[in-house]
Amino acid sequence: MIPSGFEYHKATSIADAIAKLRDNEDAKLLAGGHSLLPMMKLRFAETPYLVDINGIEELKGIRIDGDTITIGAMTTESELINSDILQQHCPLLIDAAKLVADPQVRNKGTIGGDVAHGDPGNDHPAVMLALDAQLVIHGPDGERTIPANGFFLGTYWTTLEEHEILVAIKIPALKLGTGHGYSKLKRKTGDYAVAGSPVVVEMDGDIVRDIRIGLTNVAPMAIRAEAAEDLIRGKQVDQALLKAVEKAVIAVCDPAVDLRGDEEYKSHMAAIMARRSIIQAIENAKG
Amino acid sequence: MAKQAVSFTLNGKAVDVLVEPRELLIHTLRENLNHTGAHIGCETSHCGVCTVDVDGQSVKSCTLLTVQAAGSDVKSVEGLASADGLHVIQQAFVDEHGLQCGFCTPGMLMRAYRFLQENPDPSDEEIRWGMSGNLCRCTGYQNIIEAVKTAAKNLQQA
Repeated sequence: MIPSGFEYHKATSIADAIAKLRDNEDAKLLAGGHSLLPMMKLRFAETPYLVDINGIEELKGIRIDGDTITIGAMTTESELINSDILQQHCPLLIDAAKLVADPQVRNKGTIGGDVAHGDPGNDHPAVMLALDAQLVIHGPDGERTIPANGFFLGTYWTTLEEHEILVAIKIPALKLGTGHGYSKLKRKTGDYAVAGSPVVVEMDGDIVRDIRIGLTNVAPMAIRAEAAEDLIRGKQVDQALLKAVEKAVIAVCDPAVDLRGDEEYKSHMAAIMARRSIIQAIENAKG
Repeated sequence: MAKQAVSFTLNGKAVDVLVEPRELLIHTLRENLNHTGAHIGCETSHCGVCTVDVDGQSVKSCTLLTVQAAGSDVKSVEGLASADGLHVIQQAFVDEHGLQCGFCTPGMLMRAYRFLQENPDPSDEEIRWGMSGNLCRCTGYQNIIEAVKTAAKNLQQA
């Protein structure tokens, strides 16, 4: 099984990659390639011109300046897992990355590819929503930074314009009194989530001052369970409230029916994942 | 599409190949360089039988273009054994009966080879996590876990 023919260019800089995207109709970016290459082999995707961005140093690495963590888009899942900065300032990303695919795939797969691809089954988009991340995007008209919230429009559909590249992700470092939880149900290693839910809470004693609940693979794109968040904000969480939250999560789900389950099952599992992550996050915040 | 010249090292020896950009590393290894140890299984980066080492990392060679491997240091299962005999990891798979049909074994060996450098003294749980990108349809995995454990022990004594 091999892809149809294409011309290959190894980009030397972000500007070079953008120029090649602009000058070659239907050109595609090659990041880790573990979504794109299988799709090209199965002939679900085709391109006459492939721009490999693996050699661009400025797209790599994790650093922290003040309260902001900046992650280069071409940072691999394995690099996320092994990052001391993330271990200390954003362990949610490590918990999520550990459950992405398998070791070999994590050596190639990148956070930027996972976010920008727009596949509702990818795990990082919902994590970006829960973390309130900012996305740094370069294009022919310069640079723009936008919230992850609003970036995901539908299946394989984001606000990324044709000749733009996601170059980095900015995440606020974990503050005191903040907690996170992550739950993902999958049939086997390497499979996409039946449902997944990253949660970030900010606590004020026993009261949840703020909460963000992300949901993976239960809608055409990663979403936040905003109605459920509204129920919790300003309250102390108890069993009765969690029951109401589960209902609010189920109401917001609109999953595609496939071999992983029907709509009712997947929505129910999303509620269970969210519930577990909320409990985890509150425990985690207590430290 | 015009072919491109690509050079890399395979098991310590420099190799030069002429490939179309769409050619995958597994095909170059098997069909061009006659290294048929790495197998072709699912072809969609799930099963791990095509696992080789590229620049010190386990990679599924069915999902890497050969042009991407330019300048890389590639190690395949053919590079494990030496004139002195089997590699410690290979011997552990023999001793623990870590294979039945053997189809997944080259991938298992290459993953174990790298995993035991990443984590020389793993727990059972860590072995399961570290080897989770390789499927076996015969053994039920128990003896593979045992083989990796035995290999870890013998490598530390070596």
